[in-house]
Amino acid sequence: MQQTIRDILTKHGGLAMPVDQIADTADLYAAGLSSFASVQVMLAVEEAFDVEFPDNLLNRKSFQNIAAITDAVGSLVGDREAVA
Amino acid sequence: MDMQSSLLDRLFDAGLLIDTGVEGLYGRGGAFEDVIARFERMIDAYGGGDGAEAMRFPPGMNRAHFETSGYMKSFPQLAGTVHSFCGGDLDHMSLLQCMEVGSDWTQEQKATDIVLTPAACYPLYPTIARRGPLPAGGGLYDLQSYCFRHEPSNDPARQQLFRMREYVCMGTQEHVTNFRQSWMDRGLEMMDKVGLDVAIDVANDPFFGRAGRMLANNQRDQNLKFELLIPVTSAAKPTACMSFNYHQDAFGAKWGLTLEDGSVAHTACVGFGLERIALALFSRHGMEIAEWPQAVREALGYPG
Repeated sequence: MQQTIRDILTKHGGLAMPVDQIADTADLYAAGLSSFASVQVMLAVEEAFDVEFPDNLLNRKSFQNIAAITDAVGSLVGDREAVA
Repeated sequence: MDMQSSLLDRLFDAGLLIDTGVEGLYGRGGAFEDVIARFERMIDAYGGGDGAEAMRFPPGMNRAHFETSGYMKSFPQLAGTVHSFCGGDLDHMSLLQCMEVGSDWTQEQKATDIVLTPAACYPLYPTIARRGPLPAGGGLYDLQSYCFRHEPSNDPARQQLFRMREYVCMGTQEHVTNFRQSWMDRGLEMMDKVGLDVAIDVANDPFFGRAGRMLANNQRDQNLKFELLIPVTSAAKPTACMSFNYHQDAFGAKWGLTLEDGSVAHTACVGFGLERIALALFSRHGMEIAEWPQAVREALGYPG
């Protein structure tokens, strides 16, 4: 899952440095993730994992770092599987 | 009858607004314009001493600048582009034929280099960037323009073509956030003088789609934009009549606005929705200006 998220960040994040040089907990906004790029990342993550971010996760904090995105996706995938 | 259309009907009946047959597109009567002119003089009285450079742009902007602004990322549903007929004789004949039979004659219209201005300050940023680095102490600008937003509605406070008066400040973070705070204080004082009940709250912009929900949440979470709300058509859902917007260094980076030392400028703007303020006054004090409270009339400079 994390590799997919890193690939999405490479494609849509517009980051100032290669994603493989960014630690899981490093601040993505400090690394150049703009507000709009975070939206593009969100939409790409939704498509890749077939999930939909609920309103309470549609915020800067969910995309603060790679670990946070992984957690959010993990919980959404978990919810989906629990429902199914 | 709902309150929105009843206020609109009263404004039409009093000759303050003039129906054009399109929702949100109105003519203005003399008395309505006079209120706006007087309120603008009040704005001048508060802001005139700050030394802002005044600029007035027409209500259309350079399409290339509009594209750079990123407006379409957030509000594609509100934008208005100017299209024109660019064909030859034969195209002209088929256009007239289309009009004759009532089919869609606009399909062959081509985009021009002009887009309707969505906010008064949009033409400013590229203009200032062209001048090079900002002078020491930053920049302060005074703008007013008709603006277009495509949102037809029978709420007279949600017009498609309306005027926005703005001050825009460029400089360091501290400089521009102090500017924003001083206008929040001034705004409260001004509205108190003209007898309007106000509240200040974080803004709720109509960003488009699911992506927009995230942009809206971010804007709120970061306290980037505040609005001064005044009851116009509803006390429960008051209308944003002023906005106080801190762009961080987003516009500075986008347009290449730099300070004297080469660092990226922060920017902030304060906007007055002139029609909305006039509507709030008519809604609160009545359609007859002669009957408005004496203190309000004095604040706006009406004789005796």
